[in-house]
Amino acid sequence: MSGIGIQNATKLFGKTQALKGISIDIRDGEFMVLLGPSGCGKTTLLRCVAGLERLDGGNVRIGERDVTDLAPRHRNIAMVFQSYAVFPHMTVAGNIGFGLRMHRVPKAQVDTRVREGAELLGLSPFLERYPAQLSGGQRQRVAVARALVMDAPVLLMDEPLSNLDALLRLQARADLKRLHKEVKRTTIYVTHDQVEAMSMGDRIAVMREGSIEQIGAPMDIYDNPASQFVGGFIGSPPMNFLRGAVRDGNFAGEGFSVPMSRPRVDLQGREIVLGVRAEHITIGADGVPARVLVVEPLGSHALVTALVGKTAVKVQAPIDVGVRPDQAINLRFDEATVRWMDAGTGAAVQH
Amino acid sequence: MRARAEHVLPFTLLLPSVAFLALLIVIPMFQALLLAFVAEKGGFTLEHFQQMFGDVNFGDAWRNTLLLLLLIVPLQLVLALAMALLVNSRFRGYGFFLYIYAIPLAISDLAAGILWLAVFTERGYLNSALQSAGVIQQPILFLSFENFPGILSAIVIAESWRATAIVLLILVAGLQLIPRDYFEAADLFGADRIRRTIHVVLPLLRPSLQSALIIRTIFAFQTFAVVFALAGRNMPVLAGEAYVWYAGNRNEHLAATYAVLLLGLTACVTVIYLRVLGLREAEVQR
Amino acid sequence: MNARVLDRTLIYGIAVLLAVWVLIPFYIIAISAFTPQAKIFDYPKPLIPTTFSTETMQFFVDARGVIPSVLNSVLVAVFTIVFGLALGTPAGYALARFHFRGREAFQVIVLATKMFPIAILSIPLAVTFLQLGLYDNLVSVALVHTAMALPFIILVTGGVFVAVSHELEEAAQTLGCSRWGAFLRVALPLALPGLAAAAIFTFVVSWNEVFAATILTLRTRTLPAQVLAGLGTSPLGFKFAGGLFMALPAVVFIFMIRRYLINLWGSR
Ligand SMILES: Nc1ncnc2c1ncn2[C@@H]1O[C@H](COP(=O)(O)OP(=O)(O)OP(=O)(O)O)[C@@H](O)[C@H]1O
Ligand SMILES: [Mg+2]
Repeated sequence: MSGIGIQNATKLFGKTQALKGISIDIRDGEFMVLLGPSGCGKTTLLRCVAGLERLDGGNVRIGERDVTDLAPRHRNIAMVFQSYAVFPHMTVAGNIGFGLRMHRVPKAQVDTRVREGAELLGLSPFLERYPAQLSGGQRQRVAVARALVMDAPVLLMDEPLSNLDALLRLQARADLKRLHKEVKRTTIYVTHDQVEAMSMGDRIAVMREGSIEQIGAPMDIYDNPASQFVGGFIGSPPMNFLRGAVRDGNFAGEGFSVPMSRPRVDLQGREIVLGVRAEHITIGADGVPARVLVVEPLGSHALVTALVGKTAVKVQAPIDVGVRPDQAINLRFDEATVRWMDAGTGAAVQH
Repeated sequence: MRARAEHVLPFTLLLPSVAFLALLIVIPMFQALLLAFVAEKGGFTLEHFQQMFGDVNFGDAWRNTLLLLLLIVPLQLVLALAMALLVNSRFRGYGFFLYIYAIPLAISDLAAGILWLAVFTERGYLNSALQSAGVIQQPILFLSFENFPGILSAIVIAESWRATAIVLLILVAGLQLIPRDYFEAADLFGADRIRRTIHVVLPLLRPSLQSALIIRTIFAFQTFAVVFALAGRNMPVLAGEAYVWYAGNRNEHLAATYAVLLLGLTACVTVIYLRVLGLREAEVQR
Repeated sequence: MNARVLDRTLIYGIAVLLAVWVLIPFYIIAISAFTPQAKIFDYPKPLIPTTFSTETMQFFVDARGVIPSVLNSVLVAVFTIVFGLALGTPAGYALARFHFRGREAFQVIVLATKMFPIAILSIPLAVTFLQLGLYDNLVSVALVHTAMALPFIILVTGGVFVAVSHELEEAAQTLGCSRWGAFLRVALPLALPGLAAAAIFTFVVSWNEVFAATILTLRTRTLPAQVLAGLGTSPLGFKFAGGLFMALPAVVFIFMIRRYLINLWGSR
């Protein structure tokens, strides 16, 4: 009913091209996460959907309507801003009820909905306070409540949890997820926290320099990154990359050689990058020789950084792995999970 | 539709003020030129200018205006710079002192003249103080038409007192743009601090000093009510002549001619400063 | 005495000295204006007055034309504030919110008008207003004062709106306001203290202005015009009382807007 369609959206700020022809289709009720490094255009894209920024090309559809030329207030959206944008001259209650009052909702109804919204985000004790009397996290929750009470079919959120401390953030994340399960609003959620993206999104759109690098379900993106950039951006630690070339059934680079059990004729002789995740490497008796640099015990497991040839590789090992810095070890890559990327473009090579 | 509206909005917002300024500044300016250069019976003429140059008071007015300018502007710059550097050292209570120093900003030149009249008049407080201290036996006639240095000093003091505040605010604003690290020396009057002020802070403050210089020079041409309050007609100045020719002698042509002269001087000063000081446009705008 | 203490002493010594220099004329005009009529020509006068009397002030207030001129001054100032804010606020808002072509040019115009000699406006306008039957009219004076104050109003309101985050207005727009509604409900209330400061400064400009007020009026004088016109003929006491009367409101008002002073002359 209220899906969002963005077609070929471009946006220029002077000479910087903030959006370079972006197309996404977001299904009704879907939770879409926009993920990408700082400055890649996430906020800009969100603002274009909200109507706060005019597209220089392309169009935006919400539900059945083309909204490209509509003012924000006619788009039926609610938005949470990156910097909260809570009105300093209104109380918490005044802030939460602002949109309802603008839509001429009867006063009694405004009151109940404000109270419900405040309840939902734990703001009930603060209704009569002014934003200046709230903590950063509380202000952010006011911004979220103000958007939620609108009951708009489309919810746009720009890093709504970025200013919360770790614990509060975990809880707010769970709350937002629960809220979304209850009322399936079409949501675009901007973040550059990939854990947030993985845990909340139905799908993730990874952006880079004004373009979309990959769209897909979280695990799909994690397992099958479309490019070296995505693999390096998603996952903690990021995917390991080794550069080399395939020769005679081996993948060999500077100072290492990885045997390949399945011959890949298509890769023969090409400059290529091998991508493998830390949890898909095991330390064993045989395999690629490496030398341990650092061992970081992380509670549930240990993160071992080892040098393969001249490249540092992160390995997720059992906590009792028992290796020491400078020790010579052997690494085995789980071949089924290994991904190949073109060394020039970084794009994944189809298998 | 919306694209158009969005594009036009800033211009719509500016239009009223631009139109108003055109109506009340550009048009009068051309009218002033007409009044000055067009004869009573029509046709271009320089007779008003000849009349102005030939006027008994013109020479004095011209000399006095320049003299005041040369005395007042440097004095103001030095005073304001001292105040600004002092305030900028952010000693405890500097905000209070900044406010005190800025008070004269609210005083008109007429009021400033009258305030200082109470000081300099024959039986005023300066003479009273000097006499009580035994420095003089007779009141000094500071403001007598026979005592030109006396009148001049009184006007210079009153006008410096009043308009230093403007220079001060320009300089304080300029100092705020300079990173605090430059001022982090142990004491305000230490040798290191003074050296740094001269070699680092003053060059950085140059744009502000320059715009203060331009603004004050231009305003010095407009000095008139303070002169009237202290000296009456004993000390003609250019802006005062414009006033007298209009309000006293009902001659709008000659009044406008003086006004055009003032405008010309303003323009010249701006251009000369821009040339001599090598100012770039970006700096003037600050 | 160590160097630090010496430094402190020097700082406060100089600061106080400069403050005395600024404040002394106020003290002297105050004691002059409250000297009884009979003692105005006493000599030498004590620096700490022994008598205090409102006689001179009373004489000034009772003098013909003074009360009406004060009222005129207030009226002109109020008109100037209304015209000035009505014209200047949109321009200040535009400077704060938009990057448009001609922005620099507009700023140069604003800067130039800040320095425009008032004589060149007043004299032709006096001639024009005479022809249009607008001469000796408070609104005409207010128009000229508006032209003088407008650049300052634009600069101050511009600074004020820059300080009110644009995102607040955008948030209001996503919540159902039109652009205009967002301005009215969010930007305007938040800008109000700054706009009030601009209004007060406008008042000071108008209240103080002499040249145009004198040139453009004959009978409907503002206070400074009244005092200036009487300079040659009025007794000293009248002048002193007039000086104090003109200076005091301005001083109080500058105190009220002290936080915004830097913007008036220092900004862009
Ligand atoms: N109003 C603007 N004027 C000029 N350039 C802009 C403007 N807004 C954004 N940009 C530029 O557009 C690009 C994308 O900015 P955007 O704010 O969308 O990034 P982002 O992905 O939201 O980053 P972040 O994670 O830091 O919030 C950046 O290069 C930015 O400098
Ligand atoms: Mg952003």
